[in-house]
Amino acid sequence: MAKELKLMKGNEAIAEAAIRSGCDGYFGYPITPQSEVMEYLMAEKPWEKTGMVVLQAESETSSINMVYGGAGVGKKVMTSSSSPGISLMQEGLTYLAGAELPAIVVNVVRGGPGLGTIQPSQADYFQATKGGGHGDYQLFVLAPATVQEMYDFVFLGWEIAFKYRNPVMILSDGAIGQVMEKLYVGDYVPRWTDEELKKNAPWASFGKPANREHHIITSLELDSAKQEQHNHKLQAKYREMEEKEVRFEAINCDDADYIFVAYGSSARIAEKAMQLGKEKGYKIGILRLITLFPFPKKKIAELSTKVKGMLAVEMSAGQMVEDVRLAAQFRCPIEHFGRYGGIIHTPQEVLEALEEKIIKR
Amino acid sequence: MFNQDIVKPENLVYKKTDVLTNNVMHYCPGCGHGTTHRIIAEVIEEMGIQDKAICVAPVGCSVLAYNYFSVDSLGAAHGRAPALATAIQRLNPDHHTFTYQGDGDLAAIGTAETIHACNRGENIVIIFINNGIYGMTGGQMAPTTLIGMQTATSPYGRTVELNGYPLQITELLSQLPGTYFVTRQSVHTAAAVRKTKKAIRQAFENQKGKKGTSFVEVVSNCNSGWKMTAPKANEWMVENMFAKYPIGDIKVDGELVQK
Repeated sequence: MAKELKLMKGNEAIAEAAIRSGCDGYFGYPITPQSEVMEYLMAEKPWEKTGMVVLQAESETSSINMVYGGAGVGKKVMTSSSSPGISLMQEGLTYLAGAELPAIVVNVVRGGPGLGTIQPSQADYFQATKGGGHGDYQLFVLAPATVQEMYDFVFLGWEIAFKYRNPVMILSDGAIGQVMEKLYVGDYVPRWTDEELKKNAPWASFGKPANREHHIITSLELDSAKQEQHNHKLQAKYREMEEKEVRFEAINCDDADYIFVAYGSSARIAEKAMQLGKEKGYKIGILRLITLFPFPKKKIAELSTKVKGMLAVEMSAGQMVEDVRLAAQFRCPIEHFGRYGGIIHTPQEVLEALEEKIIKR
Repeated sequence: MFNQDIVKPENLVYKKTDVLTNNVMHYCPGCGHGTTHRIIAEVIEEMGIQDKAICVAPVGCSVLAYNYFSVDSLGAAHGRAPALATAIQRLNPDHHTFTYQGDGDLAAIGTAETIHACNRGENIVIIFINNGIYGMTGGQMAPTTLIGMQTATSPYGRTVELNGYPLQITELLSQLPGTYFVTRQSVHTAAAVRKTKKAIRQAFENQKGKKGTSFVEVVSNCNSGWKMTAPKANEWMVENMFAKYPIGDIKVDGELVQK
């Protein structure tokens, strides 16, 4: 695959990846700090190049339901937004999960609650990984830490979404969305032909040929015995994801005394904090989470028996730390550190927190 | 003695269209949904577009419409059908995407989706069943409930002071440049059924010609929700509903009909 070097914002990388990954449709609504996604698409006019549909909806409620419609007919469709907009999409997300529809939803997280702020945050972890909408369901959640990963995870997202017939969330933040970095982009993946669509999404409602029963895409099942069976099926799927799809990056973890557990922007800040700690003689490793669901429970459990403590670093009041504690079963001290409400912590603050909360306690 | 002659193929005068499944409909006897389903299905069969038709079902009494139409279907969240249809039709411009929605779905919770889909002139067909009540949830007040009408949530009759006015959303939508065909029909008599079928045919023909949004309101009864017998409900509908929601074309070929 030919690789081409570009300089782009994270949000632009999402848009470029959409076009190059053979996306059929993007439906969005402006919100800071992710508006560049749709701005870039509208400027690029991919409908002239690949036939990709791009549409500005009247609300996030509508854009997620456009995604539901497009996904239901077997198309590769996506949307993006930021926290308040993603809250509006929760209805659509639970319907997508219930109807087992593949789609990509990008959340470029900003500080909350409410209208909050437009600065970066990681306080939507609970919403992304624990539901957000009603019912027992899981999104597949990917956490990019670089502009390159913003790009790459769109491609990975389609793979996962169609393999499991499940919505994929790319949980980014305002920093990754806005920062400009170099990235490599690859060749254009053509959009699926009608024949490919029928092969890759044979379950979809793409129009009933004479030789089969009609397809129904719905999350409704009034017979509760059948609805329970459907839930069993969903849970089995989520367990399979936990078996097969956990992704993380373990940096200097093998002989570490202390571990920073972090994802996205916080993982990059933690990396600097790790270097600062090394100068002080601390042996620190980083477990950078790439999938937030499925969560790397086994890796954390394994590390928890070897290290003196873990610090969950996240730009929230302490969300991911709960999963770290559950996975580690308190076999080592686990503390949380993070600035939030739109403030980004510094590497110095992270290292100080490790010293105060774990090393010196 | 049963005359066997009448079941001979040469004596066949009517046959249920194959675009309707053989599932027994759950609708109340006397309700207009079944008839409206049938004529939509007949139009799809007559136009030969079963393989291109995509039904978007609502939430409401017709939530299970996809069990009766033998076309590929999607069940939307409450009120969101026009958003689904927007995407489906844009992604498949030669298909025939249609929504089938009640008054609560289309004119209350889905007002934004309805207005914006129509305003964008999405090349979709919207079938709007207006019976002035929430049927499935047990007869609560709808945006189209008439003043004075008793429902489960307006037990003493709808008042302007408490609930505002019945929403004539069809007239409102006819004002938008994106709508190409806006009509209001009914299915309470054989003649009305024929007119409605013609209107639905027109809507799908418009879609074939990529003309924009075609919107067919069907004023219907809800004998269960109105707590009337089916014949009485139809009489009441003619007398009261038609006064507020007059039958006839409102916009044809993109032009408002002069009254």
